[in-house]
Amino acid sequence: MQGAEIQPHPFAAMTTTKQNEAETIARILAGEKELFHDLIRPYERMVYLTVFSVLKNETEAEDAAQEAIINAYRHLGSFRADAKFSTWLVMIAINQARQKLRRDKRAVLESIEEAVEQSTGDYTPAFLTDWREIPLEALERKELREALQKAVAELPDHYRQVFSLRDLQELSIQETAEALSMTPGLVKIRLRRARIMLQKKLVPFLKKTPPAHRGWFGRAR
Amino acid sequence: MKLDCKHVWGYISDYIDDSVDPAVREDIEQHLEHCEICSAILDSTRNILILTADKRTFEVPVGFSEKLHQRLEEEMKQERKPGES
Repeated sequence: MQGAEIQPHPFAAMTTTKQNEAETIARILAGEKELFHDLIRPYERMVYLTVFSVLKNETEAEDAAQEAIINAYRHLGSFRADAKFSTWLVMIAINQARQKLRRDKRAVLESIEEAVEQSTGDYTPAFLTDWREIPLEALERKELREALQKAVAELPDHYRQVFSLRDLQELSIQETAEALSMTPGLVKIRLRRARIMLQKKLVPFLKKTPPAHRGWFGRAR
Repeated sequence: MKLDCKHVWGYISDYIDDSVDPAVREDIEQHLEHCEICSAILDSTRNILILTADKRTFEVPVGFSEKLHQRLEEEMKQERKPGES
C-alpha cells in the first residue's frame, strides 16, 4: 500500500481549504476586496444550481445567483469562522431564491407539501431484470441531457431541492440539512423518494438509449 | 433477517450513500446476490445519479461567470466595505 501512504488524507485537504478560506476572508474584510473574486470562483456553479433548484428557470436563476453572491459579499462580515463557507453560501442562495418566489407569489406553503408527502407514502421503482450501463460519454447527446434535466425539474419542489444539494452539488446529508433548515432524517427520506422517482421516470427512456458511440454519422451533438 | 424486495427498495438510497448499518448491509447484499430485479434497480439508480451529477447535465449559462465578476467589480467600486449592509 505504498501508493496510499503518499496520498494526503482527504480531511487534510479540507482543513487546508478551510484555513485558506478563513485567511482570504480576513484579508477581504481588512480591505483586500479584490480577493473575493478568487474566493467565490469555486462556488459559482453551486450557487447557480441551488437557486435553479428552487426557481427552475435559467434566466431567473442566473439573476438570483448573482444577487446571492453580491449579498454574500456585502454580508461577509457576518460569516462565522467556525461555519463552512459553502454551507453559508448555499443558505444565502436558498433565501435569495425563496424571496423571489414570495415576491412573485409563487411560494407553496411547506405545510401543504408536507401533507402531500405524508399521504403519498412509499414509492415503487421501475422494474427491470438487467441493466446495461449508460456511460458518461452518452451525455454528449443532447436528448439524454434534456431527459435528465426534465426528470429532475419534474420532481416535487421539496424533493428536488434536497436532491440538488446532495446529489448534484455533493453536499453531505448534514450540510444539506443545515442549508435547508431540516433534520438529517427528513433529508434522507426526501432523498430516498427523489432517487426512486428519478429511477422510475428515467429507466423506460434510458433502456431505449443507444450506445454512446455511433460512429462518424452518429447523432452525437 | 431475510429482506423482501420492498424492504430492499427502501434501503437502496442509504445503501448507495453507504449509511446503512453493517448487519442490514449484509442482508441487502445477500438479497442482491440472488435477486436480479433488485440488482438491476440498484444499478440503474446508481447510473442515473452518476449521469445527473455530471457537469454536462446541468451547465451554468454561458457568460454567467463573466457577468457575475463584472457586477462584483461594480459593487466593489461603490466603496462599500464588505460586512456593512
